[in-house]
Amino acid sequence: MSDMEVNHQEKRRWKFPIHIEERVSEPPRWLSPLLSLLAVIFALLLGAALIAVKGGDPWRAYSHIAKSSFGSLGVFSDTLVKATPLILVGVACSLAFRMKIWNIGAEGQFFVGAFGASAVVLTPLLPLDAPRWQFIIAMALAGMTMGALWGLIPGLLKAKFGVNEIITTLMLNYIAVEWNNYFIYAIWSEGGFQMSRMFQKNAWLPRLTDYSKQFKIFSGLTTHMGLLFAIVVAVVVWFIIFKSKWGYEIRLIGDNPRAANYAGIGIGRNIVLVMMLSGAIAGLAGMSEIAGVVHRLQGAISPGYGFTGIIIAWLAELNPLAVIVVSILFGALILAGREIQPTGVPTMIQGVIMVCLIAARFFLRYQIIIGAREEE
Amino acid sequence: MDIILVLAAGIATGTVLLFGTLGGIFSERSGVQNLGVEGMMLFGAMTAYSVTASTKNPWLGLLAGMFAAGLISQVHAFISITLQADQVVSGLSLNFLATGVSLVLGEGLNSIKGVPTLPFYTIPLLSQIPIIGRIFFTNQSVLVYFGYILFPLAWYFINHTRPGMHLRAVGEFPAAADSQGINVFFTRYLYVFIGGLLAGMAGATISLAVSPGWFAEKTSAGQGWIAVGLVIFAQWNPLRAAFGSYIFGTLRRLVLDIQGPNMIFSFPNPFFYNPYLAFFLKMLPYAFTVIVLIIGSHEATRKRIGSPAALGLPYIRGQRGL
Repeated sequence: MSDMEVNHQEKRRWKFPIHIEERVSEPPRWLSPLLSLLAVIFALLLGAALIAVKGGDPWRAYSHIAKSSFGSLGVFSDTLVKATPLILVGVACSLAFRMKIWNIGAEGQFFVGAFGASAVVLTPLLPLDAPRWQFIIAMALAGMTMGALWGLIPGLLKAKFGVNEIITTLMLNYIAVEWNNYFIYAIWSEGGFQMSRMFQKNAWLPRLTDYSKQFKIFSGLTTHMGLLFAIVVAVVVWFIIFKSKWGYEIRLIGDNPRAANYAGIGIGRNIVLVMMLSGAIAGLAGMSEIAGVVHRLQGAISPGYGFTGIIIAWLAELNPLAVIVVSILFGALILAGREIQPTGVPTMIQGVIMVCLIAARFFLRYQIIIGAREEE
Repeated sequence: MDIILVLAAGIATGTVLLFGTLGGIFSERSGVQNLGVEGMMLFGAMTAYSVTASTKNPWLGLLAGMFAAGLISQVHAFISITLQADQVVSGLSLNFLATGVSLVLGEGLNSIKGVPTLPFYTIPLLSQIPIIGRIFFTNQSVLVYFGYILFPLAWYFINHTRPGMHLRAVGEFPAAADSQGINVFFTRYLYVFIGGLLAGMAGATISLAVSPGWFAEKTSAGQGWIAVGLVIFAQWNPLRAAFGSYIFGTLRRLVLDIQGPNMIFSFPNPFFYNPYLAFFLKMLPYAFTVIVLIIGSHEATRKRIGSPAALGLPYIRGQRGL
């Protein structure tokens, strides 16, 4: 509503020579990334203060994060492993958020994606000795199908009945966890443990270390093929959003649903399609994690990737290519964060970053002017 | 399985949802949607438990928990009211912030033993009423009784008092309220704060009464989100909120208790013989929330009532429209 009122002028008088005005023109292009950077720096300082309050040493905590995630090729490879699911869920969130569809359910879609991929191996849908490429394709398709289904439900409810998708996607997260638990405990439990059997090797995504015979430098590197999936998906979604007619519709619905409606764009249809694609991408993240890292279905497969994806999407300004970069930084935070005490620190820093980020958006619409007002 | 005891425990569980939902109603009636209820609940639960552990005074803990959640709700108020940011994004980020801060500050709280809980009472005469007395008035936490008093008061306040009318005006048509001399910004800050207080009370109800202790994120286990859903189901009406909260509380409780007996009403209990089926039972409260939202949204659109007209929109002085 506020966008339409550009020619409105504030007439309030200020005693101080600093005042805040609504921007009449577009903000400069560099402002938005600068604000994000400042928000992150501010958040890290605030996080440091909180760690210090709790009795930790903030600088040691931060330098520990940097060293144990970028310090050598080996740990950087681990960082990339953590970044892989983050890129995928970040892209999934960016796509939905572009249309102002609040898909908070990437976590649940991740879980059912992992379930779908596991079902291919454990049911088994393919003969156990099928070639690796068949397994990879079948697992990816199954994961994406399950994720898309998990996105379809809230998408349909939103489009048909106007049901708030934030709550439905969130509720489906909890349902997905219990769904997986049933299969982990009751159906695929191995020897009474709360996990399935280890997948046979031909259902693993190829890792760099598998090629250490040909390239010595790859020895011990766990970065897997999921990273390739993630980058391809990010590029494809970037293309869809910014270069395709469909992407134009998505952005138009997000910016101005009324105008989109007048232009004859089917909003309901797009909600369903975007939710399904978003869910499928998050489901692929689950598949990539299961087939590339965990190699079995178990309860603890995500330290909240789906929720971190929300913050990553915002920090990357809903741009899938920027998501790749931001995800690597967050991958580092998660990787190193496992060893930091107290354990809630990464979640807290993420929260502070998000709050600062949203608050900083204010300066995209308003400017602070120092000095006397010209018209007075 | 004593069905009466299950229902009584369900009422206690429902009290958590009731406070969260009422808080959401106050905040949303003023036009500010707050998706941070889950985080504020956790923050309230953590603070209440922590203060109680160090002072041995659960009343002090309750107050501290409420105040802490009220305080953190002002982050959302500032960002969405003054900075005019999108309320959905702002509420979500409050949720992350409050959850993260609770996890950091709550580290190690679970190992503390001997933390007192709020007192439980049996009401002398009312508890003698057959069935109802045993469900509602026997050995319940003091907060449960407070809940019985709070929801009719909230309904009366919103619908039949002058400040309640101001609250509704700010949520329905802030420009008109502003022209009548009501301070829209102050009103919204105030009710977001009250929403925070109640979310904090909901958290304290968990950690000091219903399931005492601190279990990190599992303390609230999504109840804040269910409360957000119940606000819509209740169509922003405290009486319907109480109805929904107690039903949902009972459902959550039933899921926990149903695995106990080997016979239910002289039928063999499938959840006793195959405990794994309980995972499907655990989905029920969440699935029901979705179903309730479908019903709620359908009714709301049909009747065209309920949702405050200015919900989710920042108020900017001097602009046309809402």
